[in-house]
Amino acid sequence: MPRMNAARKHPVDFTLNGRTVRAEAENRMLLSDLLRHEIGLTGTHVGCEHGVCGACTVQIDGRPARACLTLAQQVRGGDVRTVEALSRDPAELSPLQAAFRRHHGLQCGFCTPGILMSLDVLLRERPDAGREDIREHLSGHLCRCTGYATIVEAALAAAEEQRKEEKPNV
Amino acid sequence: MKPASFDFLCPETTEEALAALAEGGGEARVIAGGQSLVPMLNMRLARPALLVDIMRLEALRRIETSGDEIVVGAGVRQAELEAWPTLLRDLPLLAAAFPCLGHVQTRARGTVCGSIAHADPSAELPLSLVTLGGAVSLRNRKQKRRVKADDFFVGMMATDLAEGEMIEAVHFPKARHGSGYAFREVGRRHGDFAIVACAAVADDRGLRLGIAGVDDRPRVFPLPALDDDQFDDTINDIAWSLNARDDIHASARYRRELVRSLGRETLKEASRCRA
Repeated sequence: MPRMNAARKHPVDFTLNGRTVRAEAENRMLLSDLLRHEIGLTGTHVGCEHGVCGACTVQIDGRPARACLTLAQQVRGGDVRTVEALSRDPAELSPLQAAFRRHHGLQCGFCTPGILMSLDVLLRERPDAGREDIREHLSGHLCRCTGYATIVEAALAAAEEQRKEEKPNV
Repeated sequence: MKPASFDFLCPETTEEALAALAEGGGEARVIAGGQSLVPMLNMRLARPALLVDIMRLEALRRIETSGDEIVVGAGVRQAELEAWPTLLRDLPLLAAAFPCLGHVQTRARGTVCGSIAHADPSAELPLSLVTLGGAVSLRNRKQKRRVKADDFFVGMMATDLAEGEMIEAVHFPKARHGSGYAFREVGRRHGDFAIVACAAVADDRGLRLGIAGVDDRPRVFPLPALDDDQFDDTINDIAWSLNARDDIHASARYRRELVRSLGRETLKEASRCRA
């Protein structure tokens, strides 16, 4: 691939929430800005823009990652999933989102999309995740409202619910 | 906070990447996972004219065992090495360090060699490499060279990497049978950069203590046996030799105290593991 000029926009083809998309981005554009400003998915929030707060966390190739520490060009050919994909029906909450609501796992909601995207990976890969695993994953996120306790409770409840779903007779 | 403009190149061969770096000189930078470089770009502490993305170079994406070394290519993500099946057996020091290294969310993208290239004085991977006595393979368009870790880190976020060169791999010596390893750090928040981090090795050559977060680069010191009368004096001398400074995170005095206490704890733990 030839050298891409700084002054122009260049196509970025990737999979976003299960669909193939083509967007246009300058080399310097961050994935967080591509999602919000070019594509219009504003569920991904932008806090500190240097990788500390975790608000912009999305899933890249199945792993939780900071959209603000990723150049749009770096996801070319990759698979990106954002908070908009958690629930199939926009009118409904996913089990994890519903658990957050039930357990008051959010107040202002600014940090919530990032936290949901991290916990979604954890609960998918480790259905037996316990309090310590959840806290370990939450260490990459800042929440200034809840004090985290209700987030941990919500995640534990979602994990428990998921385990019951998988073993309906237990 | 948005990066300034730069050209972007996604080469398909290492030769193409090296040619672009040679041409770009000091204005060209390698980008791998971006977890250290993109914050620098966002804050405009780095303003390269060209970024060369090496993550599509398959040759650099390997973890290999070569003799008594584990060779980690420049495209290997931290999470990939963390999940490597024989990490605990072959690199127990790294297995102990990984939980302290950033967060799950940054390890998923950040590379091992990227952290080495960034050379933050409190970072866990440079400390581990120096403590184990590892090495860095560098390459430019014309030649390859291998530099000992202790010579690679030359100062605060400064390395021996020359213009036109890139890191091709880092070499971690494999754990030897009957050796003990330990890693501990103190930081303000889990996953933040450490105020002080200590790594220790106990083997048939004696005790070695690596210290990060105090001097402008990770440092490693041989130490007498723990039950030696001189032990406390030696570790205190080391703490005072490190050019500790006051900053907003901690005082120099606190850092020296952490060197003494964390140092003793990690050395004890490494010795216990060995026994």
